[in-house]
Amino acid sequence: MKKLLIALCMLPGMVLASSGGHLDHVAIDLSDKESLKRGAQTFVNYCLSCHGADYVRYNRIGRDLGMSDEEVTAMISTRDAKGDPSKPGELMKVAMNNDYAKTAFGTKIPGLSVIARARGADWLYTYLRTFYVDESRPTGVNNIAFPDVGMPHVLWELQGLQKAKFVTETDADGNEQKIFEGMELVVPGKMKPEEYDAYVADLVNFMVYMGEPMQMERKSLGVWVLLFLFVFTVIAYLLKKEYWKDVH
Amino acid sequence: MQKLLTWIDDRFPLTKMFEEHLSKYYAPKNFNFWYFFGSLALLVLVIQIVSGIFLTMHYKPDGATAFASVEYIMRDVPYGWLIRYMHSTGATAFFVVVYLHMFRGLMYGSYKQPRELIWLFGMLIYLVLMAEAFMGYLLPWGQMSYWGAQVIISLFGALPIIGEPLTLWIRGDFVVSDATLNRFFALHVVALPIVLLGLVVAHILALHEVGSNNPDGVEIKKNKDPVTHIPLDGIPFHPYYTVKDILGVAVFLIFFCTVLFFMPEGGGYMLEYANFIPSDPLKTPLHIAPVWYFTPFYAILRAVPDKLAGVMAMGAAIVVLFLLPWLDRCKVKSIRYRGNIFKYNLAAFVVAFIALGWLGMQQPTVLLTYMSQFFTLVYFGFFVVLYVTSKNEQTKPVPERVTQ
Repeated sequence: MKKLLIALCMLPGMVLASSGGHLDHVAIDLSDKESLKRGAQTFVNYCLSCHGADYVRYNRIGRDLGMSDEEVTAMISTRDAKGDPSKPGELMKVAMNNDYAKTAFGTKIPGLSVIARARGADWLYTYLRTFYVDESRPTGVNNIAFPDVGMPHVLWELQGLQKAKFVTETDADGNEQKIFEGMELVVPGKMKPEEYDAYVADLVNFMVYMGEPMQMERKSLGVWVLLFLFVFTVIAYLLKKEYWKDVH
Repeated sequence: MQKLLTWIDDRFPLTKMFEEHLSKYYAPKNFNFWYFFGSLALLVLVIQIVSGIFLTMHYKPDGATAFASVEYIMRDVPYGWLIRYMHSTGATAFFVVVYLHMFRGLMYGSYKQPRELIWLFGMLIYLVLMAEAFMGYLLPWGQMSYWGAQVIISLFGALPIIGEPLTLWIRGDFVVSDATLNRFFALHVVALPIVLLGLVVAHILALHEVGSNNPDGVEIKKNKDPVTHIPLDGIPFHPYYTVKDILGVAVFLIFFCTVLFFMPEGGGYMLEYANFIPSDPLKTPLHIAPVWYFTPFYAILRAVPDKLAGVMAMGAAIVVLFLLPWLDRCKVKSIRYRGNIFKYNLAAFVVAFIALGWLGMQQPTVLLTYMSQFFTLVYFGFFVVLYVTSKNEQTKPVPERVTQ
């Protein structure tokens, strides 16, 4: 336990060293069903190959986004032993074999069901757009938001490859620090930068929805509950006043 | 109906109890805003027990499936999200209400003779509540659940000789694990709630034995109607305070539901963001902070450089509250008629408590640690100053009867 406390004492330094600094902001709009559908398709096509979303059901997404079971089935990319698409009522299990994942990437691959609640939308948006060429990494790429990440740049065909520009500055304590300055596209992708940003924004929008699928329902129910409570408060106030008339 | 009641009353003191504790329990008529929080604490207790029962129907206290079962509740159980957020928001509401309830006691001297036992039962409730909240927070089995428990349990390891074996005994393993989760679940849903309910009954019985204090700190039982023997400044709890408390409940629920429906994460203070990552014994989160209601004591722990001394200071910060009825030697109860030293002292205590709460959430820096040390001194200084100055305090004359 001593080690744990030593680790705790070192935390402030570790946090300062690892804070990636600026995150790009992304506007989340969960009422935009088309954006969520595009995001869902991207998620199934790319993310689900290696990551699971083990707590999410396909047809729950279908129900929330207004898709029929046929549309949901058309979206599913995983296949069962007979080669049929997974059933719409199934959980979004990862397509890849878990043991293989561990050998290939040397680490457990995190589930993504609630990743948006843990990391935040802006972080995901920044992360998915700031992969840059780094020959020292086994995957050939590194990331600004998540330095030395184990994940390869899965969307490189769409975004293309970019180089990161750093400047070295000396801070107040005399330590040299690499400050990220900007990106330079070296290999163009299938998409223009604006298109890619919008594509990632849809994906992040979907992931925010997926992290808490009932959040729209929660807020709309909340409005009714509060309206009721306001009325109830007025009645309770009048009742109290009536009873307390004779207390002097 | 009357016949049924008579039948019951011949066999069980139903009417007698109703009269003793509600319709013929005379409470001072001058209760103000601060007197809502006792009944609200009872309401939150009921919310926690009822929502907790429904959560228990779907939750799995198993290291391999606990995290998934919480998400199952959030997604697949009809209105499971509502029940879960009720419970998580209820935990925060419980501490808000209890802290305000305790502050009321400080202001109006409600812990003083003859109400010392009410205060002691209340403090025990607070203690059990902290244990209940701590163990409940392990159950979602996220990173903060796991590492928060790891850190807090390791504090017992600071005790000489018995420390390490004690932590092993608490965890049931060398690290927080499935064994720990199982026993915390048992304690959280069975053992501690039973103790809590027993203490709440004792708290209320003791209160109804001596009668409620009030913002003037006047004993209403000293002025009784010569014929009816009813306190002149007393009104029956039912219906007067039941209808007033319904109003309190309505306003409270507006705040409660606003948080529940529109900000259930409480900005990361109620459901910490890192707790949406499943627990991983191999990955320590960068910043481990307890939930907000523990942070004042966490700040005191960190303010002391030595681990054992820090743990003792943290324990002392709670133990000293138990001694309050005997540390405060002033005969006047209410802050309304007490001296300026007490008022400033209490104000400094409140500032220190809130400041420590904020500091306990921050990453420690040199400056913030100095601040924690300063406010720790203010926290304990409150009790020292109180003990020294309260005996010969310059007080104002206390009225014979309650004021409006």
